[in-house]
Amino acid sequence: MAQKTKRAMTGAECSAEAMRQVNPDVVAAYPITPQTDIMHAFAQFVADGTVDTDLITVESEHSAMSACVGAGAAGARTMTATSANGLALMWEIIYVASGLRIPMVMNVVNRALSGPINIHCDHSDSMGCRDSGWIQLYSENGEEAYENTLMAVKISEHPDVLLPVMVCQDGFITSHCVETAETIDDETIKNFIGTYNPHYPLLDVDKPVTYGALDLFDYYFEHKRQQLLAIENSKPVIKKVFEEFGKISGKNYDFFESYMLEDAERVIFCSNSSAGSARVVVDELRAKGEKVGLLKMRVFRPWLNEMVVEKLKNAKAVAVLDRSASFGAIGGPLFMEVRSSFHESAHKPSIINYIYGLGGRELDLDQIRKVFSELEDVKNGNTGELLKYLGVRE
Amino acid sequence: MVEEEKLKGWKDVPIGGKILEAGNSRKYKTGDWRTFRPVHKPELCTNCMICWMVCPDSCIKVGKVDDPNKGKKGVSNNPKLGNFGGFDLDFCKGCGICAEECPFKAIEMREEKEFKEE
Repeated sequence: MAQKTKRAMTGAECSAEAMRQVNPDVVAAYPITPQTDIMHAFAQFVADGTVDTDLITVESEHSAMSACVGAGAAGARTMTATSANGLALMWEIIYVASGLRIPMVMNVVNRALSGPINIHCDHSDSMGCRDSGWIQLYSENGEEAYENTLMAVKISEHPDVLLPVMVCQDGFITSHCVETAETIDDETIKNFIGTYNPHYPLLDVDKPVTYGALDLFDYYFEHKRQQLLAIENSKPVIKKVFEEFGKISGKNYDFFESYMLEDAERVIFCSNSSAGSARVVVDELRAKGEKVGLLKMRVFRPWLNEMVVEKLKNAKAVAVLDRSASFGAIGGPLFMEVRSSFHESAHKPSIINYIYGLGGRELDLDQIRKVFSELEDVKNGNTGELLKYLGVRE
Repeated sequence: MVEEEKLKGWKDVPIGGKILEAGNSRKYKTGDWRTFRPVHKPELCTNCMICWMVCPDSCIKVGKVDDPNKGKKGVSNNPKLGNFGGFDLDFCKGCGICAEECPFKAIEMREEKEFKEE
């Protein structure tokens, strides 16, 4: 029977706690705010000898991801963490990790990309990796970051998948704020994670293999086609891992998680910590008898469009909240996904987009109330501007 | 280009571009990258084999040809003689290091187009 412990922890400590329980063979990382607190806590575990991990302190994030790719290819269970410009510096190797089909888990503490320079939360960093071939999980709070990190290991290493996974949480809002988080005992987690059987590891000297050979017009396309299948394969694997971990934690996990959605006419769709704020406003408006609801995204890649359609089929007006901009596009990245999910549907709600919270601009409850109030107009047929901005000064 | 192998479909190749057999580079013939071809001048060659030492692609063959012990640069089938044995043009990329390093100017680099008719 799983032993559960409730403790006051920051989001960063939650991720580090998950990493401690995973006890990876190799962690290579470089400090960057606000991710630093994860590695700070994890480095303490290494120093105390509570993990067996080889912690490689490299000279940049490009090297961190490169070391992770090397370790992963060697057959090591590998983890790292980064934020914003650090993730940007990893960019080249991000694609190498997914392209060479190397499982690993990276905690991304979402932070705005420079410039102008800013260290606070938005999702421009991980959304920039949208097409990098990584699986992306989003976490509302520290406890979810803990759970997602553990589940990510299992998803990443599944033989049908073999892809790296990013676990995202909001910089400072989640990473540095203390909340009560429930963790599960080491033994249960160890059994859940299981042993890692790497796919053709370099260190298996009896079966010599080559990684990273030149792959030109004759085979590159075939390897990308396999990668497309792998992320498609990850859908049932993620579902299975969610169910398996749900039995341990006693919670339900899904690609998209509903709150008060059954009869909701006006719905907010969002990810990460904003879902917590939206839930407060949903409760408040529900108390007044208003039919409002929330759909929170946990998994961005792979995108399960049929579930979005199923969950939002009864909604009349939906506001998609994007904490990053896609310059020159119809709207933010989440908006475009939600909107195109409905393309084949006969019945579709009116869907509008709000860009909010860039560079750590706070999303307060008044802004969420404003969204629900404007959705009333959208519901009545006055859609207005498709793309709106929340919290920017005029 | 990969030779001696029909191109396979995406379901039939190892994932991630991994190559699951050792020593497979011999299947990847790099000779067609060459712009300049090394040409041996037997009358100047002393079989010092400096070319063999410096070739980055192991394309200098040993033995089998010109045996100076026969008084002329005739053919020998004895590989132990360690004489210059020609170039492996399937893999020689034409870098010209052998010609540059040869103390006797016994290797000349000539443009591939001169050999097009061959």
